[in-house]
Amino acid sequence: MTLVYVDNVHKAFGDLKVLKGINLSVAQGEVVAIIGRSGSGKSTLLRCLNQLEKHDSGQITIADKQLDAASMSPKELSENVGMVFQSFNLFPHKTVGENVCLAPLVVRGEEKAEVEKVAREVLEKVGLSDKYGAYPAQLSGGQQQRVAIARALAMRPKVMLCDEVTSALDPELVGEVLRVLEALAAEGMTLILVTHEMSFARDVADRVVFMHQGRIHEEGAPSELFSNPQTPELKQFISAVL
Amino acid sequence: MIEFTFWDILRNLLLATRWTIVLSLIAFVGGATVGLLLTFMRLSSNRWLQRLTSLYVDLFQGTPLLMQLFLIFFGAAAMGHPISAWLAASIALTLFTSAFLCDIWRGCLEAVAKGQWHASRVLGMNYFQTMRHVILPQALRLSIPPTVGFSVQVIKGTALASIIGFVELTKAGTMLNNATFEPFTIFALVALLYFALCYPLSCYARYLEKKLYDAGLR
Amino acid sequence: MGPTLDFLTLLPYVSELLKGFTTTVILTVVTTLTGLSLAVAVAYLRVNAQPWVRWGLGGYVEVTRNTPFIVQLFFIFFGLPGLGIKIDAITAAFIAMTLNLAAYSAEILRAGISATAKGQLEAGRALGMTTLQSYRHVVLVPAFARVYPALISQSIIVMLGSAVVSQISVFDLTYAANFIQSRNFRSFEVYLLITLVYLLLAFGMRRSFMLVGKRVFAYQQGEQR
Repeated sequence: MTLVYVDNVHKAFGDLKVLKGINLSVAQGEVVAIIGRSGSGKSTLLRCLNQLEKHDSGQITIADKQLDAASMSPKELSENVGMVFQSFNLFPHKTVGENVCLAPLVVRGEEKAEVEKVAREVLEKVGLSDKYGAYPAQLSGGQQQRVAIARALAMRPKVMLCDEVTSALDPELVGEVLRVLEALAAEGMTLILVTHEMSFARDVADRVVFMHQGRIHEEGAPSELFSNPQTPELKQFISAVL
Repeated sequence: MIEFTFWDILRNLLLATRWTIVLSLIAFVGGATVGLLLTFMRLSSNRWLQRLTSLYVDLFQGTPLLMQLFLIFFGAAAMGHPISAWLAASIALTLFTSAFLCDIWRGCLEAVAKGQWHASRVLGMNYFQTMRHVILPQALRLSIPPTVGFSVQVIKGTALASIIGFVELTKAGTMLNNATFEPFTIFALVALLYFALCYPLSCYARYLEKKLYDAGLR
Repeated sequence: MGPTLDFLTLLPYVSELLKGFTTTVILTVVTTLTGLSLAVAVAYLRVNAQPWVRWGLGGYVEVTRNTPFIVQLFFIFFGLPGLGIKIDAITAAFIAMTLNLAAYSAEILRAGISATAKGQLEAGRALGMTTLQSYRHVVLVPAFARVYPALISQSIIVMLGSAVVSQISVFDLTYAANFIQSRNFRSFEVYLLITLVYLLLAFGMRRSFMLVGKRVFAYQQGEQR
């Protein structure tokens, strides 16, 4: 079943055309890694999927509902799409528990006891159940990013977007975050990740999408794509990053 | 002529300092109230309200406090409603303070990282929910050091009320000087008393700023 | 006197207005230059001089920042003659404004220098420059550029604050206003007009500062996108 469907999406910032007709569909439970040089449009594509950027033309459909400013409120959007950022964006004035509970309480108006139970479950899942009362500043970068993942999970989204979630981390902290994502993938969560971690893309993703100059240049199963790139651009990219 | 001992001078100055403190408090509390209102007007989505508030801020930041004081004092009289120096000073200082605090607080709201808005949006929060639960609490923390710091400017600003005849610390100084002809002692004492009021606040503001910095919020 | 405004009554006083305007402009231009130059020296010495010099300058900066300008002015004009140092009103105004601007700007500059200095100083030293040479050639300009907007604002604050020098009978804009309203009794009109002139001066100052900045810090143009 197709969960995310992107049809001929264009996006420009002023004169700069960032997305030049993107077509992509992602099935439920699929893990898609988007790779490419910086400036290739991969982060913009991700941000269009939850309307942090509005696309200029084309269609994006998530769970059979068309995305555009008029048709979907932030609340409705948050029921479908979760997102984890490169820079964590935790709320620094709230504890880990409060970070996770805030949106379910405020946006959904759910019962406090119920929300706290869910918060403990998702924190358990990312291995941080003992940090419930800690403040973000007291945690390592890797721990903060895992809290951000838990915070997104607490909204029970249908698809999770991950925007270079390990790029701001010290190398020794990357593993713990990737393991959490791997576990989510194994549970059947639909994931779309923009990433620079090629080994992660190869081992965990069902499909790898290579973006180049605002277009999807090449895509396929990771084993094929990495061992047998078809285009010179992908060849060059792979040899540069590996 | 009455003879003034050093202690007489100091006692009179200290008594006048009370009015400097009272006027500062009025200006600060009044200014904070009006300033808060202005900050919200500035944040509203209404373009006219936004423009009006920035014009207000620019006018008060771009003209001398002394002129603001004169315009209110003499303006009220020109319109047939003379007001006391006391009231004129309170109004002028309140408006002056509100313009600066509005500017400071707007800066603090803008200083909250953009990512906080994005994260809230993605979690489904609307503008007011984001403001209330995410942005305002953080902006409030950022705003305390510069607000405390600005209170020093308010105290110093009250000295201008002396020019329209309100007897606070500076006016008391000039009056005592006219009676005693000991300008060096008197103005040194006046300066010292202002310093005693302002310096602790300056230090406190710096301490708070450093604490924010150490907490990684700045 | 009714609540109507009548600006025509100001016409006979054009020469007073011009005199006041000229004085305010000259005071501002000169004290901006002297004040900012003194600020550079104070900022440098507060980082690099003997401890007792640093301490003394710290005291000067704190006292200036924590007392009203009008009291500083009165102390210099009325107080210092008590010690046998006689100065006329305009000189007192120059000194007070210069010292005031220098104290604030030195703090602003110090922040700019500490944000700039370390890497630049090390680079300077690696090239064999002395501390003073490094400051002159590689620290000062980037530090200045970094805090330039704050220095503009501070200079404007001092210009606006100069309205107070009328209180020691310096014939500035405000003095002209006081003088005129004592003759024609149209205080509100006079002060409204003068306030507008100050507003335009503040605007003009910001503009010219920015023009100068664009020239002086031209090397930054590439950086600013």
